[in-house]
Amino acid sequence: MAALTKDLGMATAPPPPASSRRRSVPVWRWVILLIAAVYFLLPLIAALRFAGFKAFGTVFTQQGFGSALWLSVRFAAVTWLVTMVLMIPTTVYIHLRLPGLRRLLEGITILPIVIPPVVLIIGVLQVMPLALRASVWMLPLEYVILAMPFAYRALDAGLRAIDVKTLTEASNSLGAGWLTTLWRVILPNLRTGVLSATILIVALVLGEFTMASLDLQQTFPVWIVLFDQFNAPMSVAASIFALLVTWFFLMLITVVATRQSRRTGGGEVTLFTVAPRETIGN
Amino acid sequence: MPTNEIAGSETTAAKAAAGAAWSGAAGGAHGGTSVSLRGLTRVFGATRALDEMSLEIAPGELVALLGPSGCGKTTALRIVAGFEFADSGEVLIDGRDVSGVPASRRDMGMVFQSYSLFPNMNALDNVAFGLRMRKVGGGDRRKRAAELLDMVGLAPQAGQYPHQLSGGQQQRVALARALAIEPRVLLLDEPLSALDAKVRLQLREQIRTLQQRLGTTTLFVTHDQEEALSMADRVGVMRAGKLEQVADPAGLYSRPATAFVAEFVGTMNRLPAELGSAASTVTVLGATVPAQPGGPDSGPVDALIRPEDLTVKAAEGGNGIVTNRTFLGAVTRVAVRLSGDTEVSVDVSSAVALEMAPGTAVQVSLPATPVLTAPRAS
Repeated sequence: MAALTKDLGMATAPPPPASSRRRSVPVWRWVILLIAAVYFLLPLIAALRFAGFKAFGTVFTQQGFGSALWLSVRFAAVTWLVTMVLMIPTTVYIHLRLPGLRRLLEGITILPIVIPPVVLIIGVLQVMPLALRASVWMLPLEYVILAMPFAYRALDAGLRAIDVKTLTEASNSLGAGWLTTLWRVILPNLRTGVLSATILIVALVLGEFTMASLDLQQTFPVWIVLFDQFNAPMSVAASIFALLVTWFFLMLITVVATRQSRRTGGGEVTLFTVAPRETIGN
Repeated sequence: MPTNEIAGSETTAAKAAAGAAWSGAAGGAHGGTSVSLRGLTRVFGATRALDEMSLEIAPGELVALLGPSGCGKTTALRIVAGFEFADSGEVLIDGRDVSGVPASRRDMGMVFQSYSLFPNMNALDNVAFGLRMRKVGGGDRRKRAAELLDMVGLAPQAGQYPHQLSGGQQQRVALARALAIEPRVLLLDEPLSALDAKVRLQLREQIRTLQQRLGTTTLFVTHDQEEALSMADRVGVMRAGKLEQVADPAGLYSRPATAFVAEFVGTMNRLPAELGSAASTVTVLGATVPAQPGGPDSGPVDALIRPEDLTVKAAEGGNGIVTNRTFLGAVTRVAVRLSGDTEVSVDVSSAVALEMAPGTAVQVSLPATPVLTAPRAS
């Protein structure tokens, strides 16, 4: 929503010369905004009415609420950590040494989006050794696969915005080894990409239902669906709460990241793109 | 538009004291490093980027590698830096082969063509980065980085981030950063080519002044002959992975070893000529003059003569007609069409050129000095 209004605002920024056009553009802007607002807000309002405000007072004390949310948060954290440890060095390496493979990797990373999660989880459950299948931590490992396309794209966009090769060589020539270069030079300049990836991973894990339910894990979305069967209004209240919490964190990350990125001349942080750095001439 | 470009070069002289103190430390540490490139060969697919290239650089010397793009000059520099590896041949630093040493251990300061400052660090932290990698303590590090920034005239910009600096300022910070580690060798990879003409000129002088003051052995890669000739102690002209000639700028200009060097450095006229019987003389414009040794022995040849070596004077019934005049300040370049449709350029003092309006009949004649010959261009 925020992105939508912003885009519309920017598209109409240069004032057209003719007075008739000047009037017509804002009208259309408001009409489109209104349609979008109705589309997105109406279900929310309906859900709010259905749940009733009283439900919000008691939802936090419902049985299983805390543990389900806590499980989802831990999954998000593990997924994030494993994804970053795997994908940051991989993406950087591809950019530096195997730029020819970038297209292939893009193709590979699209697979988890194309293959339905049901197929993925059932396949994994078939072939996994029992020890891992019985473990709670198999699910976040699966989430790593789901998160890979988003992480790759966000990191790739971040790396495209900087001259990784020259920065790495400059760092090397000043005496920094590979790890130091990655930690002190590349990562700080990849912050917007990393934050974009983080936003996407957290949103993905907190909302994933299919795989979690098939793996019999009571994550937050699974709990909401189960709870729905004996207290529907309470369950709806919980999902609205989850929505608000997620939304709040996404906004927080976006605002903080954009502020930091601006300080060093970077672009605005949005969910899918990292605006290229300004290039300064002479 | 930043205002510090001009101030930077003005303050250079004022920073001499600080620079001298610094050079004492640097000189004491190394006392100049020699670099030898021996038989370097590097093949990329079907192209030989470097073909048995050898070059000796004396301690404290600035050698420029000059050549058209794709001639292998950047490959040579990157092999010295440790970013590329030669298929055969070796790089010796102070007589020691560094082929197996990674870039991070070579102690070489490098300034890149593209802006290479770390965007997440301000100017001071950029300069201090190499010192930090060498485990120099915080206070000492900042003090030395500040000295270096002062030396390139950018002390007031210490707290600014790269995106707040102009291109010229960024390259000066990059230079300070490269020099901060007291490198054994300074490598400059077309550091000025992204800058506009005026800034380029100032930075050129500043780099040369600093390099001489610190006595740092320097390899400088450029495609700009003016840059190479004005800055370097010696210039190596490269073509297709080979060094055609290495000489001091004056020698390169006045005694080019090959036709390629002659035509790549400065402006050169090609005049149809005829070899004498022993190929030791050549007849050009009706005059027979000695031929410079090393030219072709037979076949159709051209004589290569610089515009300032030819003389021209207005003469009814002369051998050419003025077609154009280009005012260059003290001299004017006069274009003359000779009989046989050969165009030559002749530099004459601007006062003399006044009487040579286009259409004037003139007589062009050559010097009596030996001329360079080359197989005739078809």
